[in-house]
Amino acid sequence: MEFQSCVNIKKEWDIVGARQLGRDVARKIGFGTVDQARIATAISELARNIYLYAGTGKICFEAIDDINQKGLSIVAMDDGPGIEELSQVMEDGYSTSGGLGAGLPGVQRLMDEFDIQSNPGQGTEIKVIKWLR
Amino acid sequence: MSTLKIDLENYKELMRQYIETKDEQALYQAEQFSKYSMQQNISPEEIINVHIQSLEALYPEMPEYIQSSLDFLLETMISYGLAYQEYQSLREKQLELKSEISVAANMQKTLLATDKPQIDGLEVGAVSIPAKQMNGDYYHFVKDDNGALGVAVADVVGKGVPAALCMSMIKYSMDSFPENRMDPDVILGSLNRVVERNVDSSMFITMFYGLYNINNHTFRYSSAGHEPGYYYDSSQDKFEEIDASGLVLGVSSEATYEQCTKKVNVGDMIIMLTDGVTECRQGDRFIEEDEVLEIIQKYAHLPAQETVEQVYKHFERLQDFHLRDDFTLIILKRRV
Repeated sequence: MEFQSCVNIKKEWDIVGARQLGRDVARKIGFGTVDQARIATAISELARNIYLYAGTGKICFEAIDDINQKGLSIVAMDDGPGIEELSQVMEDGYSTSGGLGAGLPGVQRLMDEFDIQSNPGQGTEIKVIKWLR
Repeated sequence: MSTLKIDLENYKELMRQYIETKDEQALYQAEQFSKYSMQQNISPEEIINVHIQSLEALYPEMPEYIQSSLDFLLETMISYGLAYQEYQSLREKQLELKSEISVAANMQKTLLATDKPQIDGLEVGAVSIPAKQMNGDYYHFVKDDNGALGVAVADVVGKGVPAALCMSMIKYSMDSFPENRMDPDVILGSLNRVVERNVDSSMFITMFYGLYNINNHTFRYSSAGHEPGYYYDSSQDKFEEIDASGLVLGVSSEATYEQCTKKVNVGDMIIMLTDGVTECRQGDRFIEEDEVLEIIQKYAHLPAQETVEQVYKHFERLQDFHLRDDFTLIILKRRV
């Protein structure tokens, strides 16, 4: 673990803060412009989901610096209502916010690794990783 | 040109060429480049990135505001890139579904297959063509021991997969009926109860059931709200509607069905069809009943199977080879 920093998400403005911090970390790790933009978009989606559906939560960033590979790990956590039908929200074209926004499948495409755990009533935790190539 | 690669050098070179010459050739290559990129699943933001890098390489003194504005553009393209990837994966899914449906359609063909009976003195012609992959029309022949031929023509209100599933059920119910009780009114009565019990009330099935007695050449028939059939009197060269009263299948378990009898003379025809025939459209106009009969009359001199095929071809062409509804047409023609 190199370092870990988190942004609390309470209001819409915090989405911008999360993007900014995430982009800074990504740049320091060595990601190029395109990947920085993708990472920022993924963070937007994760933060917006917290803001819209859970109310509050946080997003944490961690630089990965192993012998074999470098990368950025992002964890989004909330104590919101959770997601009942995980396979449904992971399906293309399914979106409760009216079709705009990439949704979770979009986040999965933007990043290299994607993991989600959610139980109704117990909140949601999404962990994503982007590897530096 | 065919070995175009999405690499910086290539793009940079093409762009330089264009900036210097304003040549259409370079623009054509740009088009090839974008097509090739799509084949390789390259997102728009990556193209913009290549553009920025090419520009930096060609113009090292590029003002910073241009650099920033391009970064800004790149950011706005990310969502388009995602939408493009989603489109790709949905397209793959669609292909999968299509092939699944075509397997189902083949299965349906096997399930619902009915042999056209060979009967001395009676010609039988039948076509049934689905508008989509799966057929919501259905016809069925049964020959009983007493030399009578039972013919069913049915239409599920609705098209596609739900209609096809429904038809499979009808077929298996009919197979399970005892073969010595083939009276049309009895068969429709039994089917009505099956449908009423098993099928969602929003789904309706109409059916015309006829029984042709080879020994005395009479045709007994009943109808469950189906499109009326026609009797062609060859001596007068005239058509006459044949219909019997009865509710569509599945509406009320109490429904009863009228049974009528028609004597069939040599050279005459019995015509059974679905509304896919009578409701053919030419542009926005529904064709008239008379037009259907006119076309049948035009080909009436042919053997029954050729007649139905020619009639189908006529209406297929009339509708620009694009059927709007399943099309089923059956003709029984007494020869001797």
